[in-house]
Amino acid sequence: MTQSIVVQVGQCGNQIGFRFWDLALREHSSLNKTGLYDDAVSSFFRNVDTRYSDPADIPVGHGLGKIKDLKARAVLIDMEEGVVNEIMKGPLRGVFDYKQLITDVSGAGNNWAIGHKMYGAKYKEEISETIRRAAELCDCLQCFFVIHSMGGGTGSGLGSFVLNLLHEEYPDIYRFVMAVYPSHEDDVITSPYNSVLAMRQLTDNADCVLPVENQCENIHGKTQIFGEMQALVDIVNKINQANPKLAERKSSRGHVKAGSAISTGDGGIVKGKDEKPFDSMNNIAANVLLNMTSSARFEGSLNVDLNEITMNLVPFPKMHYLVTSQTPLYSVSDVHIPPRRLDQMFSDAFSKDHQLIKADPKHSLYLACALMVRGKVEVSDIRRNIERLQSSLKFIHWNRDGWKTGLCNVAPVGQPYSLLTIANNTCVHHTFSGLRDRFVKLYKRKAHIHHYTHVDNMEIEDFSESLESLTSVIKEYETLEKQINNPAPSLPRLQVI
Amino acid sequence: MSVVTLQMGQCGNQVGGQFFNMIARDTFDQSLAKCNVPRQTNQQFIDDVCERFFSQEEGSLKARAVMVDMEPKVIAMTTTEAKRSGLFQYNNKQQFCQKCGSGNNWAHGFLVHGSKCSQQVMDLIQKEAEKCDRLEGFFTLMSLAGGTGSGLGAYITQCVRDEFPHSFIMNQVTWPFDTGEVIVQNYNAVLTLSHLYQSSDAILIVENDQEQKICSQLLNIKKISFSDINEVIGHKLASFLQPAKSNNLTSNHLGEMLEHLVPHPEYKLLTMKTIPFMSENNIQYSAYQWPGLVKHLTQMLIANASMEEGIDWGVKLSSTGLAYNKSMANSLFLRGLDVNTVDVSSFKDGRLYPSWLPSEACLASWTNQRTFNKYEKSASLVSNSQTPLISLNHVIDKAWSMFTSRAYVHQYIKHGLAEEDFLDSFACLEQVIKNYKDL
Repeated sequence: MTQSIVVQVGQCGNQIGFRFWDLALREHSSLNKTGLYDDAVSSFFRNVDTRYSDPADIPVGHGLGKIKDLKARAVLIDMEEGVVNEIMKGPLRGVFDYKQLITDVSGAGNNWAIGHKMYGAKYKEEISETIRRAAELCDCLQCFFVIHSMGGGTGSGLGSFVLNLLHEEYPDIYRFVMAVYPSHEDDVITSPYNSVLAMRQLTDNADCVLPVENQCENIHGKTQIFGEMQALVDIVNKINQANPKLAERKSSRGHVKAGSAISTGDGGIVKGKDEKPFDSMNNIAANVLLNMTSSARFEGSLNVDLNEITMNLVPFPKMHYLVTSQTPLYSVSDVHIPPRRLDQMFSDAFSKDHQLIKADPKHSLYLACALMVRGKVEVSDIRRNIERLQSSLKFIHWNRDGWKTGLCNVAPVGQPYSLLTIANNTCVHHTFSGLRDRFVKLYKRKAHIHHYTHVDNMEIEDFSESLESLTSVIKEYETLEKQINNPAPSLPRLQVI
Repeated sequence: MSVVTLQMGQCGNQVGGQFFNMIARDTFDQSLAKCNVPRQTNQQFIDDVCERFFSQEEGSLKARAVMVDMEPKVIAMTTTEAKRSGLFQYNNKQQFCQKCGSGNNWAHGFLVHGSKCSQQVMDLIQKEAEKCDRLEGFFTLMSLAGGTGSGLGAYITQCVRDEFPHSFIMNQVTWPFDTGEVIVQNYNAVLTLSHLYQSSDAILIVENDQEQKICSQLLNIKKISFSDINEVIGHKLASFLQPAKSNNLTSNHLGEMLEHLVPHPEYKLLTMKTIPFMSENNIQYSAYQWPGLVKHLTQMLIANASMEEGIDWGVKLSSTGLAYNKSMANSLFLRGLDVNTVDVSSFKDGRLYPSWLPSEACLASWTNQRTFNKYEKSASLVSNSQTPLISLNHVIDKAWSMFTSRAYVHQYIKHGLAEEDFLDSFACLEQVIKNYKDL
């Protein structure tokens, strides 16, 4: 069984990461009734003996040892202490080791250059050491998950620095990045700069990027919702409309099923009167990570390992931006909502309302699509749905049957089955084009550039090079999308003389 | 004469589990009354099967198998299921697994895992081979779509050929669903087949699409799972690998069968057709006769049908009209009541075979009075014919179209493959298609 390490950088990264660890613990605790430390748990957690001051690692062995104390295989990085301190004061503090945290006080001021160049140089040794320690404790490390936002300073700057570091020091280990892109209306004015500068690093150093569009957040942690255009906000709104009772639910711990801490994704967070759907949105993103790795952890009749995801969904090296969608939606595991019929679940997954970025994959060209199914679904159900949906989706001509299927026997907590689709679709270039336009609007005037160039080692060429890199990625996707209606003529096959 | 089974990758191990399960059920789990043979003959049969597929170790019956996979989950599941059946077990020491899979990447399986693990896997195979009194050959189970089964399977087949030049090697390959289980399955299939053609003696093709049709239309299974499909495959494999005798009382050892089925080294693709298939409930109510079975089977061969429903009776053995399926050689396996009365002359028809082969030599028939797996009469046809051409053509088409756009090629090059290797594989398979087309 392989292990993965999660590196969470910046405020957004740490908040999503925190939700992820919460969900992972719930999942394992509900499935692992005997409390034995087996391979599945070891993929994300270490079993330690806390009697020693440097907690001693207990290996899996024959999978029959009891769990003593679990520590997450995670590295938490943030240049200001607020979020990490909150985590360490909250219910999950036992899961993180103080040695896995790297914090500073003053933050990065929404400035990619400060995050990447200044803090990068300052903390390079420490970050490298911490990651090395985590990696050495793994039997067989398969991949790194890096979670960060693109709009801020720490997440985008230091996050992309960490990615660079991982590429240099661990070239054979896969790097999956969950990047939270700023929305169209964002209160951080320099977010386009930060995003484009970070994107160039992602294009060069990541194996796979899962872009997520969230509402924006400023560095003081206040969350504000702008308009109705953000994808995740929309999803959560849709759910709240479907079940108005949910919006007012405070704590229904009286009932066993509804609202029980195990089955809903948000136990441990007390919702205030002015409920912010922020946690629910982080929930959805965290669930994506959980479901992606489920097949690698649990058994199934068609296992999909993480290296298979990169192999099948990335046809050309730079085009590794994958659109994800998930059904049923997790911020609501309320039994009052009837479980969707299986076929409906498949149809929903391809509608534009369920995608984690604001894009419509049905009207664009699919390069490849992976279906990760969990629970009581058989291969014939999947075949039937693929045949049904095939006609309404457009696949590129050399990959007409570009489906990758994975079946995991273990259903997610509180649901009979679930579906995660990960697709490489040309609709991402619309999102990136929007980003590039916002960048160019500022860059034309050289607005705010001096904040960046002040920082040591930051050159003006970094801006132009990043813009170029983004443009070329957009162009590659556009060229392929042009083939949506007239495929390029293919070469004739080899002839035997 | 014993056969060592090599189960490679997830598919290979899952199919292997069902294959041994089927053999064990047929051999040990049938009441003597149903078997249609006297006690002594039955005992002889059981002994034959034990010698062929099992070895007696530490008081229990262990399958003569080596299980290889790059991740441990599937091997663990297969071993547990075997133990649960109570009829046989897998030897825990004959298993090889690593921690990390091959990522559906043929180059990863062949070049990276191949060179790293081949020594240990060959040691296990050597140990298993030494346990046999007389080693007939190797039966490898693998899929074409994935990374381990296809890539590492092809590598190990090459090593086995080098180590055991006088043994027979038959590879059973599982053809993936047409609409995809793995996106790069066409690349993996092309690379595997071209390599197997060099080192294997025979390549037995089983298609998931067709097995699923059998499950849904003949066996009436509503929610078809992979283990249902694998059961059908296990049934087909067991129906011709279980002991049987020819007219002059020679046993159907692997070598005898392959010598007949693969007369020419350029024609190695085999396919199986088995009838009847019906759900448990229907077996009690059906009474079928040999002439009917033979007629259906002949037409299945001519019209290229994979099961006894939906056969196109319009295809006839004439040079005008619809093109029919030509064969190089056919082996017929008949099991059950009254096998000696069966008239197999329809398979000896000269029009089925190319003119440069003597038609009397083209059919080998093997019979066994003992009933097989609850069917009182069953017939199985293993043929070296043009059947796989359609699927093969299809796969090469798709792989070529992907290759001309160079999609995913960088993933293979990362692990050491070169574009020339791709082109070589395409060329090899185009040659195979041409050979079969010209039959």
